[in-house]
Amino acid sequence: METTRRDFLAGAITVAGAPIAAGASKAGEAGQNGEHAHAHDHDHQDVPSDVALRVMALESLLVEKGLVDKSALDALVDTYEHKIGPRNGARVVARAWNDTSYKQRLLSNADHAIAELGYSGMQGEHMVVVENTPSVHNIVVCTLCSCYPWPVLGLPPVWYKSPPYRSRTVIDPRGVLREFGVVLPEHVEVRVWDSTAEIRYLVLPERPPDTAHLNEQELALLVTRDAMVGVARDLPSRQGDRA
Amino acid sequence: MNGIHDMGGMHGMGPVVAEKNEPVFHAIWESRLFAMRRGAGAWGKWNIDASRYAVERVPPTEHLQASYYARQYIAFAKLMVERGLVAADEMATGHPALGQPKLTPPLTVDKVAAMVSKGSPTNREFKIAPRHREGQAVRTREIHPATHTRLPRYARGRTGTIIRDHGVFVFPDTNCQFLGEKPQHLYSVRFAARELWGEQAEPRDSVYLDLWDDYLDPV
Repeated sequence: METTRRDFLAGAITVAGAPIAAGASKAGEAGQNGEHAHAHDHDHQDVPSDVALRVMALESLLVEKGLVDKSALDALVDTYEHKIGPRNGARVVARAWNDTSYKQRLLSNADHAIAELGYSGMQGEHMVVVENTPSVHNIVVCTLCSCYPWPVLGLPPVWYKSPPYRSRTVIDPRGVLREFGVVLPEHVEVRVWDSTAEIRYLVLPERPPDTAHLNEQELALLVTRDAMVGVARDLPSRQGDRA
Repeated sequence: MNGIHDMGGMHGMGPVVAEKNEPVFHAIWESRLFAMRRGAGAWGKWNIDASRYAVERVPPTEHLQASYYARQYIAFAKLMVERGLVAADEMATGHPALGQPKLTPPLTVDKVAAMVSKGSPTNREFKIAPRHREGQAVRTREIHPATHTRLPRYARGRTGTIIRDHGVFVFPDTNCQFLGEKPQHLYSVRFAARELWGEQAEPRDSVYLDLWDDYLDPV
């Protein structure tokens, strides 16, 4: 059985240089195909997508050559699937709402302030935090690729990496915000942050009204990923409510 | 390069569609590719700018048709061969060349946490005088390098104001081609939306970009 699978995968990689069809990659992205190619060796009904096969074949090759260590790859995947995500950023925001001196440190030296809560590293080596106010709204984009502050938000969602978001946010930020349900009054100034270097941006949303009685953990539950990217603005005062 | 990746200000890409309760990865192969790129990157055979440049060199039709991770795969496979970690024959057959000793991977499981929490800072501790200062008006250069650059087309030849000096950073335009880090000051530069997009933009709005000394001239 192992031989059969190996031959199958080796066959797939012989076309490594050929274009990957849009249909195949879409199917892979939708998660319908490709999942079983890695998980099992038994025969199954799914027809794995072309790119899924090639990636799995490439991993076999890199492991065989000793270029990568399989368990290190497992640990990396586990880290970004389960340990690093927008709850980190929510803790940073809640601390800033609750502690004025922390907020000052966060706005003047974000790297150190974020590291105080234990977050740092890959794709967040150099952080800047920008603050929303009643008269200012901040929104973050990367028009050239898909730069995003991993240590505080995790990996970016597909829409953030998509051509519509990357093309339109700099030229029509208010139009993009409307599609996310945010209608900004004319008097509010929009600041778009295009991540063209290795500086990563996190939006500090405004604290919702009527939350003076909440502690930091409760406050963190109100903070959403979208608000920290700047595609949401008003956060709810109670968890589960829509703002 | 004036490539398809430089999307700021383009029309016709459609609405932004957000998926509810989106998973971190949509298929196992995406997660394996994500991890492999970091694992292979630990050999130090390329840098982040070279890696971005590889994605930019994916032909435009493929670039637009492929999903994010499919695009990353094309670029990664190419980079591995270009930088000599995998031979073209090995990539084609899926098998290691005969007679090659098995290597020892630099990224082992015990090193993952440190790699993630440390990252790869691109600031440099050199004492280099800034060519511009905070509050100063600057004009971006009208340049069109055929290779990797981080000055997007929509912001070339435009006037803005330096609002913050981030310090000294590696310069992507040379680093991407392994021509040296050419460290220099990096600034946050504010452009009025109307300077970039004309009268259609709201008068109060602005766009901030992070730009290096070599992209800027004093006004």
